[in-house]
Amino acid sequence: MSISILDVKPVFLFSDILIYILVASLGLFFYQLMRNPLSRARWRGVFQSAAGMAAFVVICFYVLVALLDSIHYREPLPILENQTEVHYSQEIRSALDLIFVGVHKRSEKTYSSPFSLQLFTKENMQDENDNLYRDYPMLKHAGQHLSSPAEQGQDVVNKSLLALLVGLLISAVFVGSHMLWRKIKKPTTELPWWSAYLTATVLVLAGSWAIGLSQYYHIAGTNIVGVDVFYQSIKAIRTGVLIGTLATLLTLPIAIVLGISAGYFRGWVDDAVQYIYTTLSSIPGILLIAASVLLIDVYIELHPESFSLGAVRADFKFLALCFILGMTSWTGLCRLLRAETLKVSQLDYVQAAHAFGVSNLRVIFKHILPNVTHIILIAMVLDFSVFVLAEAVLSYIGVGVDPSMASWGNMINEARSELSRDPVVWWPVLSAFVLMFVLVLAANVFSDRVRDAFDPRFGKG
Amino acid sequence: MQQDILLEVQDLSVELLATPSQASKTLIQPISFNIKKGEVFALVGGSGSGKSITSLALMRLLPSALHITGGQVLLSGQDIFAYNELQMNSVRGKQIAMVFQEPQSALNPVQSIGQQVAESLREHQKLKGAELKRKVLSLLEEVGIPEPEQRYDWYPHQLSGGQKQRVVIAIALACEPMLLVADEPTTALDVTIQKQILSLLDDIRRRRQLAILLITHDMGVVAEMADRVAVMQKGAIVEQALVKDFFASPQHPYSQELLAFLPKGNEFCQPVTEDALLELKDIKVWFPQRKGLLQRVYDHTKAVDGVSLSIAPGETLALVGESGSGKTTVGRAILRLEDISAGEVYFAGQRIDVLNKNKFLPLRKKIQIIFQDPFSSMNPRFSVREILEEGMKSLGVGINASERETRMQQLLEKVGLHAGHLDRFPHEFSGGQRQRIAIARALAVEPDLIICDEPTSALDLSIRGQVLDLLQELQREFGIAYLLITHDLSIIPKVAHRVAVMKEGRIVEQGSSQQIMENPQNEYTQSLLASVPSLLSKVSDEELF
Repeated sequence: MSISILDVKPVFLFSDILIYILVASLGLFFYQLMRNPLSRARWRGVFQSAAGMAAFVVICFYVLVALLDSIHYREPLPILENQTEVHYSQEIRSALDLIFVGVHKRSEKTYSSPFSLQLFTKENMQDENDNLYRDYPMLKHAGQHLSSPAEQGQDVVNKSLLALLVGLLISAVFVGSHMLWRKIKKPTTELPWWSAYLTATVLVLAGSWAIGLSQYYHIAGTNIVGVDVFYQSIKAIRTGVLIGTLATLLTLPIAIVLGISAGYFRGWVDDAVQYIYTTLSSIPGILLIAASVLLIDVYIELHPESFSLGAVRADFKFLALCFILGMTSWTGLCRLLRAETLKVSQLDYVQAAHAFGVSNLRVIFKHILPNVTHIILIAMVLDFSVFVLAEAVLSYIGVGVDPSMASWGNMINEARSELSRDPVVWWPVLSAFVLMFVLVLAANVFSDRVRDAFDPRFGKG
Repeated sequence: MQQDILLEVQDLSVELLATPSQASKTLIQPISFNIKKGEVFALVGGSGSGKSITSLALMRLLPSALHITGGQVLLSGQDIFAYNELQMNSVRGKQIAMVFQEPQSALNPVQSIGQQVAESLREHQKLKGAELKRKVLSLLEEVGIPEPEQRYDWYPHQLSGGQKQRVVIAIALACEPMLLVADEPTTALDVTIQKQILSLLDDIRRRRQLAILLITHDMGVVAEMADRVAVMQKGAIVEQALVKDFFASPQHPYSQELLAFLPKGNEFCQPVTEDALLELKDIKVWFPQRKGLLQRVYDHTKAVDGVSLSIAPGETLALVGESGSGKTTVGRAILRLEDISAGEVYFAGQRIDVLNKNKFLPLRKKIQIIFQDPFSSMNPRFSVREILEEGMKSLGVGINASERETRMQQLLEKVGLHAGHLDRFPHEFSGGQRQRIAIARALAVEPDLIICDEPTSALDLSIRGQVLDLLQELQREFGIAYLLITHDLSIIPKVAHRVAVMKEGRIVEQGSSQQIMENPQNEYTQSLLASVPSLLSKVSDEELF
């Protein structure tokens, strides 16, 4: 039975809704920034460097994958006899799976190395004459189209060339249409677009090659339960991006409100805020996070009725983790903001506003907040990569996201036993490492540029 | 004085290297001058005129973005641009030494002053042990540090600003240089201390036959100290002359502009005789000093300790004193930016120190303030329109947006800017223009009294006169009274009707400016006036004192 796209039942997880709200509000935020000539000039500084532009394109690519992976639906099950209503699958799929064209269905029995046609471990098998022998069994979903294993080398080259050609076509369409747009609009400032084009082309080529080949082979091998590792690490992008942005955005309101009020009002407000953050930062972060995660686990155990689907439970646990990370990591930014506010509120223009009888709230919003924004922005982009790495660390010690959820941390956690095997199973950890490395590197390069452009102590301020 | 030339600068030029975002820029056009042994050569000019860059270029200490494009510097006949970095190190400190503007940051706070003086001796003269210590003590003695034996182990924070500058000079002298480069050596110091440091430098130069390259913007210092002077403007030397010729007849228009602002000394504003607009009766501002876990108040810092004064409408009262005398706190207390601990404040007959925050609001329309630093007094993210409009909106001046708009345009024209400047941001203006915007902001709410807190001390000399002229013009037109807080006694005859002298939170003398300047009664006032670099006496032949 074929399923048409209209038959599916859309699923909205909390984190899906959040991620779309987030992207929309970020868009609004940037739109607002663009209207202020000063900050527009500064953002132009960020994008005027080729590295900043390339990093931004990479981040956009990751965010795009995360967005696609956040459109969830459940497929209808085949209608059985004497059944009137449609039942839906317990598995939740996403739009990203459509692009992968069913890679998730092509699971093997257990480990297999990249591009291999056989399993990684020997098994007892019987030949036609019922003789028991021990060998590597063939994979069920790799290289089925080949008539003999000897053709594999040539086939991979052919398929690669085809996929790269498709990729080149796609990127040519994108780059070409953007160039055309530039020709028509004639923007006034010159940005290093070549860097963006190059990065985008490389990403599209890599993407089309990987997707093209993963139809026929497991390009990054399979893991212990036979799931395609490449598919799994791509699914983990959503987890990484979401934990980075969500946890960062959760720290912001607390840090901003407490930091600015401590620095502005001083006196007992300052004392109270300082007591809170010194107490909080004197408790080891990991301990606090582990304790909170265990509490959440207990809550889920006690309320099974609220979490009918595995994915919903994993999603709840994931959001709770973001929340806990956010709640425990605001102290650094809060301290910075308090110090900066102390400084700014002593400046003459704030005194002048007091002399004009401007209300405290207005002074904070009009004079203080805009003049500490650079610190907030810098902290935001720096924290992002810290949280992506924190997720990996937490999952490694077993208090991270739900094991059923694809995440780099979980993959690295499994690598503990994989790397101690002989021969070594190296591909899951490498795959997770490469994808995480590219994201964190891009985020760090980008945050470097942002800091250069916004921190008054660097450059022209 | 020997006439042989110690330092010769020929066609020195410096360029700012091109960066991706901007083209290269010439900062120093080819300049030439020479300094003779035992001579004080003054380099004067506004900020950004290239005086400090010139001095750094002499020592080859320019930041990497700046590049010497041509010319040569001969020190005792040797071209120092031909030296390698190692040879240059023996020139720095040993032959040319430097004294910086800010003694606070020139000394290492975690080393005792003895160690810091000893360091360069050890480096360049290879002295050790008791001999080293003896030499350090004699240096400290020479620069006038009392009881050098005990102070040897003191740290910079235990010394006053003037003493710190003495230590910096001792370090510079340690290796017996032939040329001392003094970059604004007294700008960060109070007038009385400035006097002492200048006479110390003069002593040393006589004793050691030391040549001094004095970089300053203060014409008084030039008149007192220098033998010859060169005026720099936009990276070029526009005039070079002997000091006495220079003050008698400056040739270049820019030099004339610099000197034109200096007070002639005999024109005083006559006091206004009207009822007081603002009256302070014995006000005190004490800051509690707290200690311990419960923040118990155990003592007070008495910033202002019983000040009484009054200002009539349309009058300018100058409140003078050294830094730390509490003059700024008085201004802030009137505006309720600081809490008044005791005393009474009357404004137009109404007692205002007891009013609560909301009742005080209408008075903010009547009393306004202009700050010292035009760079920090405006929110860099506000356009001029927002800056001017803020107070008008908050205090309800102007019924609607269009009325406010016309008022803002008029104000900008009034302070010498254009109505078209409304949508620009502060960073697009120069220091003097910004101070004009600050004045416009204060005027926007139609005040009767403006507290001017050092309104000109952050500005270049040539612009100071313009801003003071503007303030006077506005006073004549609108009858505004000014409380002029300043440490610069030279501007008083020109603008102030009356003067109050403050010391350690109290007013020690008060009177008309003619009376105070010509016939001061109080000992402190006399010492304050005596320590103003005696340009006046040189120029106008003891007419004043």
